[in-house]
Amino acid sequence: MSTVPARYEAVIGLEVHAQLLTKTKQFCSCPTTFGAEPNTAVCPVCLGLPGALPVLNREAVAMGVRTALALDCRVNERSVFARKNYFYPDLPKGYQISQFDLPFSEHGKLEIPDGAGGAKTVGITRIHFEEDAGKNLHGVTEAAGRSVVDLNRAGTPLIEIVGEPDLRSADDAVAYLKRLREILVALEVNDGNLEEGSFRCDVNISVRPTGSTQFGTRVEVKNVNSFRNVHKAIEHEIARLSGLADAGETFKQHTRQWDDEGQRTVFLRIKEGSDDYRYFPEPDLPPLILDRPWVDALAKTVPELPDARRRRLTSALGLTAYDAEVLTAHPKIGDFFESVLAAHPSDPAWAKRAANFVMTEVLAEAQAHGLTVTFPVTPRQIVEVLDLVTAGTISGKQAKELYGFIKGSSASPTEVAKEKGMAQVSDAAVLEQLCQKVVDENPKQAQAYRGGKTGTIGFFVGQVMKLTQGSANPALVNDLLKKVLG
Amino acid sequence: MELLDSSLLDAADAVRAGKISARELADAAIARIERDDTHAYLDFDPARTRAQAISVDEKRARGEALGPLAGVPIGLKDVLCTRDARTTCGSKILEGYRPPYDATAVAKLRAADAVFTGKLNMDEFAMGSSNENSAYGPVKNPWDKSRVPGGSSGGSAAAVSAGLALGTLGTDTGGSIRQPAALCGVVGLKPTYGRVSRYGLVAFASSLDQIGTFAADVRGAARLLEAIAGHDGHDATSVARPIDEYVGACGRDPKGLRLGVPAEYFEAGLEPEVKASIEAGLKAFEGLGCTLVPLQMPHTKHAVATYYVVATAECSSNLARFDGVRYGLRVDPGKDLEAMYGATRDRGFGAEVKRRILLGTYVLSAGYYDAYYTKAQKVRTLIRRDFEAAFAKCDAIVGPTSPSVAWPFGAKVADPLAMYLADVYTLPASLAGLPGISVPAAPSASGLPVGMQIVTPAWDEARMLTLAHAFEQVSPAKGKRPARS
Ligand SMILES: [Zn+2]
Repeated sequence: MSTVPARYEAVIGLEVHAQLLTKTKQFCSCPTTFGAEPNTAVCPVCLGLPGALPVLNREAVAMGVRTALALDCRVNERSVFARKNYFYPDLPKGYQISQFDLPFSEHGKLEIPDGAGGAKTVGITRIHFEEDAGKNLHGVTEAAGRSVVDLNRAGTPLIEIVGEPDLRSADDAVAYLKRLREILVALEVNDGNLEEGSFRCDVNISVRPTGSTQFGTRVEVKNVNSFRNVHKAIEHEIARLSGLADAGETFKQHTRQWDDEGQRTVFLRIKEGSDDYRYFPEPDLPPLILDRPWVDALAKTVPELPDARRRRLTSALGLTAYDAEVLTAHPKIGDFFESVLAAHPSDPAWAKRAANFVMTEVLAEAQAHGLTVTFPVTPRQIVEVLDLVTAGTISGKQAKELYGFIKGSSASPTEVAKEKGMAQVSDAAVLEQLCQKVVDENPKQAQAYRGGKTGTIGFFVGQVMKLTQGSANPALVNDLLKKVLG
Repeated sequence: MELLDSSLLDAADAVRAGKISARELADAAIARIERDDTHAYLDFDPARTRAQAISVDEKRARGEALGPLAGVPIGLKDVLCTRDARTTCGSKILEGYRPPYDATAVAKLRAADAVFTGKLNMDEFAMGSSNENSAYGPVKNPWDKSRVPGGSSGGSAAAVSAGLALGTLGTDTGGSIRQPAALCGVVGLKPTYGRVSRYGLVAFASSLDQIGTFAADVRGAARLLEAIAGHDGHDATSVARPIDEYVGACGRDPKGLRLGVPAEYFEAGLEPEVKASIEAGLKAFEGLGCTLVPLQMPHTKHAVATYYVVATAECSSNLARFDGVRYGLRVDPGKDLEAMYGATRDRGFGAEVKRRILLGTYVLSAGYYDAYYTKAQKVRTLIRRDFEAAFAKCDAIVGPTSPSVAWPFGAKVADPLAMYLADVYTLPASLAGLPGISVPAAPSASGLPVGMQIVTPAWDEARMLTLAHAFEQVSPAKGKRPARS
């Protein structure tokens, strides 16, 4: 769905700031905690005290490099930190240490679904290192009109991932963000939490007459904190900018903000002289040298990425694109599913059954928190349940029941099935009597079957299953009915 | 002889040998500082100094091994963070500020059992060449109290000259150790950039700042350097290189060393009396068996301009943190954030600091960056190459530290450019990150001190000290001290 009037085309580029999940901050050894008492996770360095100096966190560098490799970026052997100078109370040094003309990685790409079953490639301009600012808090002190600053977050490692303006719709933008987020989460470098601000997005957007190759005047929409709002903000801007274009109105490049209450974007500030950040090379940090062997060693730690996993699940195991998407929505879900798969590798029938069971039963109750997902059962338990079905010990319906008994516990499905008397009726003598009974009671259908309507056998199977409350072995019932009817 | 007029090494040895106590030395320093009329100290607390001395004596009494600076009274430039004393950087904006931590160099001196006499006066944020930019009033030159001590480490140089400490730490960005050492007639040593950790040194220009040492003699300055040198995990620009035996390098024979003499250091602007003293000094070097090698260092003339672009650019950013939000002075007109920033910085910074912040902000601004900052970096590289070319022909470069002797207060205040030229001979080595030392040469006719500067290749402080020590032994300034008050 798109609301772009056909005469206009939207040009959208996203800048994503992702906090790196390091143990310590970018330039000091303070912990990167979330939710600690204000101003407790601080030291002279991240407080910007006079005389304190930054020392680069190698763990953050490694995470950044792995991200760059996962996004097909070139990793620059030499990059340079730069100071971005501006005054703000949450910025203790009066400058942010960032990278400017020599970032550590450039020229990457990311594939996103094009909404029509295919894929499109979005360029990644660059990825560079930054440090986060603190937080200004308003209205928390007794003194009226006073604001206070919490610097716990100051110095938290960030990477900024700058995308090319290759996106053309709100759907594109959200697809890009989802693909990007799942990669960061799969790499375990970021927890992908938009609400808490560990994954933040600024949207650059302009519209132009369809077919034009020029760029229109763009606006930037800052810090939109959910996929839903990114979508809404873009739709809103496309409509608004198209309206301005229709009316022939021009405007200056500026920054806007998503107003959740009003469900619209609002003007924030004009980009002009105040945006001269006076970047210059950070003299307190030597250039960052990333030598080949180190980068190559890091490349070996990049796991199979969600896209590759999806391709493997669909092409090698015959799962549908939809199933593959659901089962890789979080890397830990993918890992769970693959542990179940591993019991009978390269068996498409097993894969299909496992996929159905995990999707319909397990995922309903799985809880995701950042990098971790808690499951109600272990993959081993699921394998055991499904093995009981394969062996004919229990029916598919019983499998669901059995799952109900074992979830949230470490109980053995085999034991529980036994305890609950769930073994399916496979005693041919007992079942044959029941089959005879059902055939005798339904002469019309028997007549029909014998008259060539062999499809009616399903009716008889159903009747037998009903009598056994689903515990009959359906394959055996099928054979026996043929014998009785034949 | 007064305890404070012995050499740093003799005093340290006497304490270690138990001949005198740290307490006696501290009391001698306290008595001198209490009588001091040079205004060398900004923070002086006799009780704190005594307590530190007593703890050194107690350590000795317990039979524990004492550090190489045991009981030696050492003063610290007020730009070095100290957890037990105010650190103001000579500025109103940090009046009363107490850092929660020690600079690495300070912590190393503590570990070496030094006793701190207090914090020494300086040009505000180390910006100045005469000490007249201290927000707390200038230091007077102990040789002539109507004259400046040089800067920015004027307090550090004057304290040693006046016998108010046996050694001091200063910082050198463009000559701030060597120039005041020359003007006050003491030894001032700036190590190679990266030799001493800058952690806890309140930054003026990060790519140039370096902590160094002052003492009455070369061996004293060398002993202090041994204590503070070395790689520090808190400073990414400090370098892990072996530290030589600097005291051991003093006393080696300099015979056969080739000394480069740049023609550019003897051109117009050099006071005749200084020129005469340095030329006599060059002859003395020849007498020591060194050969003089005439040199051209064609980019010397661009050093002042280059320095004032690089240093001001960095300072405009480094001093942004003094915004009234977290520490130091806050002036809040009660209007808005911008007004608080403006009022705080207007009231807190002196004229020279504001001038340099403005200049630095300008050279980094969009549209000017390439013309100034980028160009200055290129010229900086050319200046470095001048030295590389020179060191292909010689082992060290010698010449005047300062073009003039100490001048009367007020003589250059109205003319910042004339003031900036006071550092014309020290700036090139700073821009190239090289070690330099100023050693007293023959005084001027009026008896004012003159300094001989010796610059060696990076990391070769040992050879620099060998030359400095040999020169010191034959210098007419040897043993000369200003009258004690
Ligand atoms: Zn910290």
